[in-house]
Amino acid sequence: MRPLEGIRVVDFAWAWAGSQATSILALLGAEVIKIESRRRIDHSRVFSLTTGQWFDEPDRSTIFNDMNLGKLSANIDLSRSEGVDLVKKLVKISDVAVQNMRPGKMEALGLGYEDLREVKPDIIMLSSSARGSTGPEREYIGYAPLFSAISGFAFISGYEGEDPIRLSGEIDLLSATSSAFAVLAALIHRQQTGEGQFIDLSSTEATSVFMGEVFMDYCMNGRNQTRHGNKDTFMAPHNVYRCKGDDKWISIAVATDEEFEALCEVAGHPEWAVDKRFADTFTRWHNQEKLDKLIENWTINHPHFDVMKMLQAVGIAATPSCNSEDLWNDPHLRERDFWAEVDHPVLGKQTVIAPVWKLSETPLEVSGPAPLFGQHNRYVFGDLLGLDDSEIERLIENGVIY
Amino acid sequence: MSKKALDGVKVLEFAEFVAGPYCSKLLADLGAEVIKVERPGAGDEARKKGPFPDDIPHQEKSALFLYLNTNKSGITLNLNSTTGKGIFKSLITDTDILIEDSYPERARELGIDFDTLKKINPWLIVTSITPFGQTGPHSEYKAYPLNSVHSGMLGYLTPWVSCWPDREPIQPGGLLGEYGCGLSAATATLAALYVQRMTGRGQHIDVSKQEALIALNRVNAPQYPNDGQSDTRFINLSGLLGDILPCKDGHIVFQINETHHWQGFVQLIGNPQWAQNPVYLDGAERGKRFVTEIRPRVIEWAKDFTKEELYHRGQAANCPFAIVNSPEDVVNSEHLKARGFFVNVEHPVAGKIKQAGAPFIMSQTPWAVEQPAPTLGQHNEQILCDRLGYSKQDLVKLRRKGII
Repeated sequence: MRPLEGIRVVDFAWAWAGSQATSILALLGAEVIKIESRRRIDHSRVFSLTTGQWFDEPDRSTIFNDMNLGKLSANIDLSRSEGVDLVKKLVKISDVAVQNMRPGKMEALGLGYEDLREVKPDIIMLSSSARGSTGPEREYIGYAPLFSAISGFAFISGYEGEDPIRLSGEIDLLSATSSAFAVLAALIHRQQTGEGQFIDLSSTEATSVFMGEVFMDYCMNGRNQTRHGNKDTFMAPHNVYRCKGDDKWISIAVATDEEFEALCEVAGHPEWAVDKRFADTFTRWHNQEKLDKLIENWTINHPHFDVMKMLQAVGIAATPSCNSEDLWNDPHLRERDFWAEVDHPVLGKQTVIAPVWKLSETPLEVSGPAPLFGQHNRYVFGDLLGLDDSEIERLIENGVIY
Repeated sequence: MSKKALDGVKVLEFAEFVAGPYCSKLLADLGAEVIKVERPGAGDEARKKGPFPDDIPHQEKSALFLYLNTNKSGITLNLNSTTGKGIFKSLITDTDILIEDSYPERARELGIDFDTLKKINPWLIVTSITPFGQTGPHSEYKAYPLNSVHSGMLGYLTPWVSCWPDREPIQPGGLLGEYGCGLSAATATLAALYVQRMTGRGQHIDVSKQEALIALNRVNAPQYPNDGQSDTRFINLSGLLGDILPCKDGHIVFQINETHHWQGFVQLIGNPQWAQNPVYLDGAERGKRFVTEIRPRVIEWAKDFTKEELYHRGQAANCPFAIVNSPEDVVNSEHLKARGFFVNVEHPVAGKIKQAGAPFIMSQTPWAVEQPAPTLGQHNEQILCDRLGYSKQDLVKLRRKGII
């Protein structure tokens, strides 16, 4: 049994931050029903913000598959009042609703928290948006790169002394994880008290919380921290170094003199450890650019996984900077069942990553690929809502199921 | 005190620096009763990290520690000693969740591994957060935050859309990866808590930082097995229109994906002749022509405006524009003030410092800081005497022996 078996989620979400939030709930065992329509198609069925790829059909998007694993899809046009009535019937037999339209939009459709609470008093509703559902900028829109900018993260990310950089997909998926965490907290509260609630999540606030100490530095010292590449405030060496091959890199971080001496031994340069420029943490930090060059002259001759093995054998923190191929070839991940395969009716067999939490008693699994557009209309409208075939046909003809 | 989402949940934390403590902070800030166990003497590594007020290092004034340990009680305990182990086990009998970050072998040495503890308390959830997880050939490999970010692919893909194919990948700013791992672990922990409350079953949650971080790039991660190639950080975003650009007083980010965004943008820049080309109404075409035809014109246009002007005017035109905010900008944001995002926390040693607040707002069970981070061993007496029944004289002995 997976943890959330028996929980039903009405998923009004789209794009990444919203879709992945409910996808996490699906991985945890909830039945997640994505509400979508031709009038308002999830843009991740159309294009990919990470790769710039455009898909010619809504069921051919690999991105959508990754973001919506294990969900069901039902087509309802929410701009139609019959569509709104239909989805409310579904809410009545559900536990959670998640949405990430612009704040105010759901209320305008007659599907705000108060509306849903009327049909399901203990509903848990989470609304995720760029700036949250209150405050002067509540209607502002955004995507992950914008969240990284507004939150403060872009300002502190980048090469030392150079322009800030955007972050992207990971910011959406962190926001999604915060949403899933919030829904779980609300489910636990409901489990104890029977009470539902509304959760207002701003993706930019949910990102800013990851730089708490940086804001405190400003509040205490008036300092705006900026960009420092791979550098640390104390440790050196602390960087990534080019290895043998095309765009292959090893990350090495050294905290103590013992670790540094061991590194010098493995690199075949015990003299570095007694060089007065590198003799202790303080001087190493101040001369790290020189030291980095020396280290790279050694790593460049070796494959990155070999450098990792040599250094880890003597207790030094070293890992490759991994790309997809590195991860796929990594025996460690293989042994931990990191990968899963789903059979998608249109895309065919797709490798995806399995749920990353290993729960000993209630193990998680990918229950299936992302749904095709409207794949579960019969199940949702017939089996769950009890509409007969002629009624379903009528709703299709009228464009309510659309 | 208002009601809290995690009222009555008892958590023990034996973890340090960022990931583990952030995991239990998330629980503590929603009302769980968290006891943080630190090593006597030095305590949590985050106490040394800073930043510190006026840059003067002080064990009780590290902002990183103060931020990550709100709403927790703190005790000191030497787990290498038999008595220390005994005290830990007494605490475990009355605990719902243990958050720990020792390497698997070390946890077994200390006797705080799941298999040992479940015999004392079968109800117990143990969340283990380590660089490579509990099993597999790398499970004992060492990783500092930099290494985890790079082993977890996040580093390799940063900077996203890099213009410098010859330059090294970098970590995102701050300690993003570690925080992300803490959040990931906390989410899994609540799933297990939901089961525990329903069935009485405890369990072990194995969280690998590497895997938790790869999951944040779940689209790129399986690209090689699916397509035979690996995305790099210097992908040419030929299909999309967006960038980070300088303006009069800083930088802005914009991202024009949909055609209605484009139409808003054309209005915003004053309907110039060049933008009337109907080919731009096609998203993919627009993206292809961005670098050569559109980008230089946007740069030229943006340089005369302030970041505030571009942000608000862009958004008013229904066009996704954002400011690259400095920490100062974020702290002083009127929007965040209206939402009460930053909160003042008064600490007995560090004084009153403003902190980032709730990651989300719950209508019935509000997030709150009701107690600042503990000073080292602040609650030894309360926990050991009041809860476990040691006398004050016992406490003196334990202190002398370096056990607490």
